[in-house]
Amino acid sequence: MKLAVMVNEGPYQHQSSDSAYQFTKAALDKGHEISRVFFYHDGVNNGTRYAVPPQDDRNITQLWSELSKKHSLDLVVCVAAAQRRGILDADEAKRHGKSGDNIADGFRISGLGQLIEAGIQADRLVVFGD
Amino acid sequence: MSETIKKFLYVNRKAPYGTIYALESLEVVLIGAAFDQDVSLAFVDDGVFQIAKGQKTADIGMKNFSPTYSALGDYEVTKIYVEKESLEERGLTPDNLLHLTYEDEDDDYAEKDSIRFVSRAELSDIMDQQDVVLSF
Amino acid sequence: MAMLHTVNKSPSERNTLDSCLSHAKDGSSVLLFEDGIYAVVRGSAAAGRLKEASGISLYALGPDLKARGIGDDQLVEGVTVVDYDGFVDLVTRHENVQSWL
Repeated sequence: MKLAVMVNEGPYQHQSSDSAYQFTKAALDKGHEISRVFFYHDGVNNGTRYAVPPQDDRNITQLWSELSKKHSLDLVVCVAAAQRRGILDADEAKRHGKSGDNIADGFRISGLGQLIEAGIQADRLVVFGD
Repeated sequence: MSETIKKFLYVNRKAPYGTIYALESLEVVLIGAAFDQDVSLAFVDDGVFQIAKGQKTADIGMKNFSPTYSALGDYEVTKIYVEKESLEERGLTPDNLLHLTYEDEDDDYAEKDSIRFVSRAELSDIMDQQDVVLSF
Repeated sequence: MAMLHTVNKSPSERNTLDSCLSHAKDGSSVLLFEDGIYAVVRGSAAAGRLKEASGISLYALGPDLKARGIGDDQLVEGVTVVDYDGFVDLVTRHENVQSWL
């Protein structure tokens, strides 16, 4: 089946991103397609490459980046939510006159339309949030 | 934009301003309107507070986004379910809510109510029939 | 049209479980995960409410039970423990899914 996932919360603060990651990994291992993982609300904070969590615990952003690379996943960070919270790619940084960008590997910034499209095209959409 | 038409339900269970979910879920609804899907909104539990009238936010320093609900009709979002039990349990009546309407182009643009007051049991049936349920 | 409902908050923290149970139709399934698993602890107030929802198939995510130190011997009757694979199966087996947040 084709599954889409929505992540509404940031890393560490809530278990949502971990649960979504474990679900996504399990689905891929079972041979399902994960057509998109859409990060909304504080979920966009999963997409910063500047997190330096303690070495003896999981690095959530890195886990997503690596899973994305391994399975060519489409990890989408919502542009409106990202702008509010300061997650930028190079284009966004330039456009808004910011001194740098911070989007992590394997993530891309795009519009809410990508969420709706994911819902239309997937067989199931599962939301992880608070 | 797409040939497939799915039933999308946006479920709102949280009060406005204390968290961002009310505002950001509304943004999804507005963007989603361009995709010509079969869209419904449900206001359940504390979600009913999102469409309370008379919101004045100057003193908390936040933007009052409640006028945006009135634009939903223009975006062809015309099925707005408000759960009766949720209202009663919170001491609210329909009079406490915004009057949300749309213009029915199939009926000479007559102005009609977008809000449909439903019982818990009716909402249960509506939820069961959806293809995609988005919660915030 | 059987729906899968998920609840991830503790029944003593939020009214999420109650709201879910009052909307879930007979024949549907409820998966408890993250802090939601506390609802299946035998003897809890929530466990009593779950018992009344006899028309619903009840599931709890094993990894979340284990993480929180809830042993198999502490669970209510009638709950099926699943892992993340089982979570995926529940999603694909049901017609639609609603996450109660």
